Amino acid sequence: MMGLHQQTMVELAAGLEKGDFTSAELTQALLDRIGSLDDKLNAFVTVTATEALAAATRADEARASGIGGALNGLPLIHKDIFCTRGVKTTCGSKMLDNFISPYDATVVEKLADAGAVVLGKSNMDEFAMGSSNETSYFGPVRNPWNLECSPGGSSGGSSASVAARFAPAATGTDTGGSIRQPAALTGTVGLKPTYGRVSRYGMIAFASSLDQAGVITRSSEDAALLLGVMAGFDERDSTSIDQPVPDYLASIGDSIKGLRVGIVRQHFDAGLDQQTGVRVKDAIAVLESLGATTVEVDLPNLDLSVPTYYVVAPAECSSNLSRFDGVRFGHRAENAEDLQDLYFRSRGEGFGDEVKRRIMTGTYVLSAGYYDAYYLKAQQVRQLIADDFKKAFADVDVIAGPTAPSPAFRLGDKVDDPIQMYLNDIYTIGANLAGLPGLSVPCGFVDDLPVGLHLVGAHFGEETLLRCGHQYQQQTEWHKACPEAFK
Amino acid sequence: MSLDKEQVHHIAVLARLKLSDEEYAESVEKLSKIVDFVDQLAQADTADVVPMAHPLDAAQRLRPDVVTETDNRDRYQENSASVSDGLYLVPKVIE
Repeated sequence: MMGLHQQTMVELAAGLEKGDFTSAELTQALLDRIGSLDDKLNAFVTVTATEALAAATRADEARASGIGGALNGLPLIHKDIFCTRGVKTTCGSKMLDNFISPYDATVVEKLADAGAVVLGKSNMDEFAMGSSNETSYFGPVRNPWNLECSPGGSSGGSSASVAARFAPAATGTDTGGSIRQPAALTGTVGLKPTYGRVSRYGMIAFASSLDQAGVITRSSEDAALLLGVMAGFDERDSTSIDQPVPDYLASIGDSIKGLRVGIVRQHFDAGLDQQTGVRVKDAIAVLESLGATTVEVDLPNLDLSVPTYYVVAPAECSSNLSRFDGVRFGHRAENAEDLQDLYFRSRGEGFGDEVKRRIMTGTYVLSAGYYDAYYLKAQQVRQLIADDFKKAFADVDVIAGPTAPSPAFRLGDKVDDPIQMYLNDIYTIGANLAGLPGLSVPCGFVDDLPVGLHLVGAHFGEETLLRCGHQYQQQTEWHKACPEAFK
Repeated sequence: MSLDKEQVHHIAVLARLKLSDEEYAESVEKLSKIVDFVDQLAQADTADVVPMAHPLDAAQRLRPDVVTETDNRDRYQENSASVSDGLYLVPKVIE
C-alpha cells in the first residue's frame, strides 16, 4: 500500500471507509512526520497534536456509529490567519503572538463540522503581506524542493506542508495571489474561489475587498471536495454571496471537449522566465489534446494591475489594521506614558517592516489631498481591469497562463526590493481585483523546481476550473512528484 | 525621492506608528519607490469611469436590528493585557 502521507484526501477517505486504517492511526502517522521533518521547513507556527488526536478519535467513533460528515477523519492544516477557538492564532505577527482566539472562523467551523482533523496552524507572511514567507515573525518557511528557496507566500506554510506530505490539504487565503503563487512554487494545487464564495468571518482581514479563502491540495479533486464544504452564504460576512453551492465533484469527470481557453499575449512577454513559458505552453497543448480550443484574448489594462493593487490593498490594510491598538488584544507596550504612547509603541513594536510599509502606503494614499489621485483613481482603473475580463469571458470559458513569472526564488533574493517582490504577483492579481476564481495546477519543472499553470474563470466558474484542472491532472503526473527528502 | 522625511513622519503619526531612526531612513527610500511605482496609474484614461465599489456589483446587506450576540465579555477580555471589573484599562487620559 502507498504510504498514507502520499495519498490524497479522496484516496484516504476510501481507505477510512474500507477500514484499512483509522483516523487516529492516520493522524498519528502525520504528526510523527511533522515532528521529525518540520525542523527543515518551519512550516508550522503551532502543532495541535492533542486536539488532533481527540478529533480523530471522535471521527472514528462517529464512523463506527454510521455517522460522520463528508470529511470524517481526514486531516488538514489551517493557515494561521483563521481564528481557531482556544488555539493561538498569530497571523504570522508578533502583534498576535499572545492571541488565543475566543471563536472559530466560519471556514474552521464548517470543516470541523464535516469531521476534518486539524493538525495545526501553518506559518505565513505577517498579516498575509508578502510573496515569499520571509515577512513572518516566526521566520521564513523553506521550500521542500530546495531548502534554500522560498515556498512562495503568503500561504507558504500551507504550500510547503502539502508539498512535503505533512497533510493532503491546507487552507489558505489569497488577496493578490497568496494561494496560487505558493502552490505553483511548491508543485501543489491552489484554488482561490470567487470573491464572496467562501465566508471571510474569522479570517483576519488584510484587504477586505480582495481577500478570499481557499485551499492548497495535491489534486483538483481534493480542492473540489473541500470547496464544497467551505463554500456558501454566511450572514456573519457582509460581502458573502447568497448563491447555491454546486456539487463540485459531480461534474469534475466530464470532458473538456469544446472548452474555450483564452490566451493572453502579454502573459508570455519579456517578464516571463522563458523555460517557465515553455512548460505552460506545453500544458495548454495538453488541454488542446483533450478537445479544448484556444482563443487569443486581450487584457489591455493588465500592466496596471500591480500598481492598482498596491494602492487598493494597502489602503484597506491601513484601515483594517487600525484595530490593533494594544488595548483589547494583541501586543501591548510596557510602561506607556500616556494613551498615545501606548498606541504608537504597541504598533511600532508589534508590526514588522513590511506591514508598517503597507500601513504607511495606505495611510498616504487615503490622506487629505491624495485620495483622488491614488485611491479613487485606482478604483477606477480596477473597474477598467474588471471590464477587460468581462469582455474576455464573453468569448472564452477560462483564461490560461503562467501562475508566477519564474520558479521559486532564493530566500533573501528579493527581500530588500519591495517592487521586485510585488511583481511576483503580476499574473495573479487581476483575478483578485475583478473578484474572479483562479486555480494553479503543477505543470512541470524548471531546474528541478516546480512551475504552475494558472487558470482563471468567470465569476462562480469554479466547476469549470476544477474540471479543467482535474482533466489535465488525469493526463499528467506532475502533481505526484514528491521532493526527495520528503518521500 | 518623491517623499521626504517630514512627509514620512506625518504619515507615521497618522498611522500611529513609532519608528526608529533607521526605520525612518528606510521608509523614506522604500515608500518613495512604492509611490513612484503606483504613480503609473496617472497614465490611465479614467474619464467617466465609475470607481469600483464591489467586484460583483453586490450591495451591502442590512440585517434586522435585533440582538444576536450573547454576552461573552469575560472570555473576550482574557486576551487583554489589562482589565479590571470588566473594563479595559489604559493610561490615564483626563487629569
